[in-house]
Amino acid sequence: MNSLADQLLVLCLLINFAVLGTSRLAFSVRCVAVQGVLLGTLPALVHPFSWHVSFIVVSIILVKGALIPALIIRAIKKAEIEREFSPFIGYIPSLVLGALFTSLAFIFAAKLPLAPEHEGLLIVPAAAATLMSGFLVLMGRRKAISQVLGYLLMENGIFLFGLLLADAMPVMVEAGALLDLLVGIFVMGIVINHISREFSSIDTSRLSALREE
Amino acid sequence: MMWALVLLPLLGAALSWLVPDNRRRVWVLPVFSLAQLGVSAALLVNTPPPSPAGWIWLDPLGKLVLMANSVLFTVCSLYAVGYLSYRLKRPNRVLCASLLVCLAATSLVVISQHLGLLWIALEATTLTMAPLIYFNHNARSIEATWKYLLICSVGIAIALLGLFFLAYSTIVAKQEVSLLLPSLIRDAAALHPGWRHAAFIFLLVGFGSKMGLAPLHTWKPDAYGEAPGLVGALLAGGLVNCALLALLRVYQVAAASSEGALFQQVLLAMGLVSMAFAAVFMARQSDFKRMLAYSSVEHVGIIAVALGLGKGALFAGLLHMINNSLTKGVLFLSCGNIHRAFNSKSTQFVRGALRRTPWSAALFLAAFLAITGSPPFAPFVSEFLIVSSAFGQGNHWTGALFLLFLALIFIGMASTVLPVVLGEVPPDLERTRYRDAAPTVLPPLALMGLVLVLGVWIPTPLQDLLHEAARLLGGEA
Repeated sequence: MNSLADQLLVLCLLINFAVLGTSRLAFSVRCVAVQGVLLGTLPALVHPFSWHVSFIVVSIILVKGALIPALIIRAIKKAEIEREFSPFIGYIPSLVLGALFTSLAFIFAAKLPLAPEHEGLLIVPAAAATLMSGFLVLMGRRKAISQVLGYLLMENGIFLFGLLLADAMPVMVEAGALLDLLVGIFVMGIVINHISREFSSIDTSRLSALREE
Repeated sequence: MMWALVLLPLLGAALSWLVPDNRRRVWVLPVFSLAQLGVSAALLVNTPPPSPAGWIWLDPLGKLVLMANSVLFTVCSLYAVGYLSYRLKRPNRVLCASLLVCLAATSLVVISQHLGLLWIALEATTLTMAPLIYFNHNARSIEATWKYLLICSVGIAIALLGLFFLAYSTIVAKQEVSLLLPSLIRDAAALHPGWRHAAFIFLLVGFGSKMGLAPLHTWKPDAYGEAPGLVGALLAGGLVNCALLALLRVYQVAAASSEGALFQQVLLAMGLVSMAFAAVFMARQSDFKRMLAYSSVEHVGIIAVALGLGKGALFAGLLHMINNSLTKGVLFLSCGNIHRAFNSKSTQFVRGALRRTPWSAALFLAAFLAITGSPPFAPFVSEFLIVSSAFGQGNHWTGALFLLFLALIFIGMASTVLPVVLGEVPPDLERTRYRDAAPTVLPPLALMGLVLVLGVWIPTPLQDLLHEAARLLGGEA
């Protein structure tokens, strides 16, 4: 493990905070895209060169760094919306909780029974912290687009953990998972588009017709 | 041959996308689902050996799910021809293509022996169902679709993390790294216990939310309530089986490790909680499609209880999986007909369905009796076997609670179903175009016949298959 990879992981952690603390949706999308690109370059740094690894690198950067952000930006433009208003969990509380989760992730990761070659790496705490930040965004925001971003952050966290397994995961499985993610975001984009047409807003707290009396 | 199960429906999906005409496109569905049923039958009789790398194989558990899903899908696609002819104004290109892609994905779930591949296929089934739930294109259906997409996507992402943990437990234990089922089962006892434990919990939560086990079932009433009856039938009878199969794969690994007992206890608890939730929410439910959703929560609960009891109950649980999917098919299809005939699914307006749609109403009533466990229908047999196994194992509390919940659910469901079927037709009811006709009545009628036959006679090959499958889960050695 080299120091460059560690620096990239620290950058990933900082990006979590950028997403947690901003109300501007387009900015959040770019943050998550940058995180996706960082995530895509990591396998190249952690593992020795092979066709398998280079395929993963290229496809992750393409999907997480370009295609998915483009789909979400398009949904934002169609819905004509720029900001998240009055989230369920405010920005300052989100940041504080994010900091709390990140420090807990470090304490937790130190106690995990990792394989000897993975001990002392930043990957596991970064994965756990990103996952929790994703949950926080998913639970704490009203707008459908923010919820998609939270889901993406969560997925990024899971992919980070997957770095430990890059040798173990067959290419087909990686590619299939990425394809599922891409199609998932595509479908979510369409649904968001319909929500904004139907309700003239993408505030998911308005989706409340189906409550149990 | 095995790949035909997946490729054939995909071909059908491409074809249905290309057909320009709404009326003719519908016929692609029965043609390809019948072909798929044929291939399934051939594979059941004459199963090819596992693929060289071991990724693809049809084991007894897979066979059971394949059988249930293929039959249900064929019936639904025949029904679709009749149903969609009432709804020609709405474009059905996306519906037909998604249905067939979904069939392909469910087949892939059934034949995959690699947990990563299984995960991909399961996620694909989740995604293809989204446009189907949204078929009616109104505010309520989009709300349901959004909740479904978000909850199931997050659930299945958690399952992916669980799979990563499982793979990592092989690395820590210095075993050969693999997510192939046979090698996982072989090494299960040697895997690192901490990571294995975490993996089981995450996989249970992930696949449990896809299956709709309480308390992870919150998307179910909305999705089942707003989707067309045909889609509801596939969700409750088909996709539930796929998620269950994923859970059974985890169960196989758990049973081979030292944690089988713990896994069973958690399943037992979740199963009973699901039945309790269903019993509470089923009472005074004014929307009869949502009521069916809670019935689905109940029945995944019943299956989970059977898995939790283990031993003899495993046979009954697997039998119940098949019975549940066939009976749910009848319930959803007949209630879809009633919904069309009254243009409402609220018990406030829908009364006296026997007058307006005698066949559908009679089927709905019969399927209600079947699903609540009345003899001589098939679910009675499986539910009886589960209860008797619970008492036989000395697990009296489980048996007693099980019976109590069944009784409560029977009362709750009857208080909704009976007025819908038997009451007086409200005088100021709006006119509708739909009345019972052969294309929309015969498919559920055929399914109901099957439920009745299975209630009095289980063919020997099916019994053998159920026993083999139960043995894979560690029951009746």
